[in-house]
Amino acid sequence: MLNRTADTLARATPSRVARKVRGLSDRGVAWLFIAPTMLLLLAINIFPLVWAIGLSFTNYRANRPNEPIKNVGLQNYQRILGDSDIWIAMQTTAHFVLWTIVLQTLIGFALAYLIDRKFRGHAFWTTIILIPMMLSPAVVGNFWRFLYQPQTGLFAYAVSFFTGIPNTSIDMLGSVGAAPWAIVIVDTWMWTPYVMLICLAGLRSIPDYIYEAAEVDRASPWRQFWSITLPMALPFIMLAVLFRGIENFKMFDMVNLLTGGGPGSTTEVASITLKRQAFESWRTGYSSAFAIILFVAVFGLANIYVKALNRVKQR
Amino acid sequence: MTRWPRPLRRRPMETLAIGLIALGFLMLFQPFLLEFYTYSFVTLLTGTVMFIVVTKFPD
Repeated sequence: MLNRTADTLARATPSRVARKVRGLSDRGVAWLFIAPTMLLLLAINIFPLVWAIGLSFTNYRANRPNEPIKNVGLQNYQRILGDSDIWIAMQTTAHFVLWTIVLQTLIGFALAYLIDRKFRGHAFWTTIILIPMMLSPAVVGNFWRFLYQPQTGLFAYAVSFFTGIPNTSIDMLGSVGAAPWAIVIVDTWMWTPYVMLICLAGLRSIPDYIYEAAEVDRASPWRQFWSITLPMALPFIMLAVLFRGIENFKMFDMVNLLTGGGPGSTTEVASITLKRQAFESWRTGYSSAFAIILFVAVFGLANIYVKALNRVKQR
Repeated sequence: MTRWPRPLRRRPMETLAIGLIALGFLMLFQPFLLEFYTYSFVTLLTGTVMFIVVTKFPD
């Protein structure tokens, strides 16, 4: 029956096509299927990267496309790496990335640990906790601007209620000292559920019999946490840190909506500087060089991080 | 047994590359000295390229 169907199909195939396909090896057919995806990846990932590397050695300006493009060698890189303003933007980025990752990992893991104890209504609370992650950054940015309003905002009111400081003097987005923390708070609020979800997957993957064996050995809950829970959930925690780390290095939308890099340049992270150079000063070559520096930094770190992750998994 | 020279084997070279990447990364984001920041990219790039190459070396 099957042979007859195959014969019918073979006869229905135009002889020209059949001859071509018959001439292909298994490897050839595999390439035929993979090729469209490869071409798409090359077109939307690799080509822009190579193009940006090429532009980073030129004085190209996107707002003057008819001007002759001059090769400036490593000048763009030298300027960026000698510019103290960009150095400060890098420090702002590092501050933002470090604190968001620390807070998101600690709170995310703690929440996952709590949600993992199956209490009554845990599914409902999981859904509630996950809501911030599902919102668009534009929406989150806008409504946190309202929450941070000194006169009418709920955040200022809550801080004033607990500390006694008048709410009109709590200007989170306008104060030099508080603005970086305002962004850290919003990013932590939005992305902790994501870390929680990954950690929860890690905790749920630990088989119950390991805990049962530990109970038999009279291991205390504290001992069980440090010797079973944490080591077995560690690859998942590391994965969450990697994902959030890469995302936070590129953080743009939230900062742009909340402070726009201000007050002054206190919250000007690298991506904001990059956008200003590329689309306000129109220094396309210069900003391409800056983008390549950021790319190499993230790529290098991701490489060693994946290596560390593999080592943890092998243990 | 591979005839690849011992100091050029994957493990020590990989450790060196990882060290360079980590150093370059710290130099790029540290708040202490502008000179460190200036030379961070060269360090980082050397480490990254080295890492990509040496991970193909035999053990």
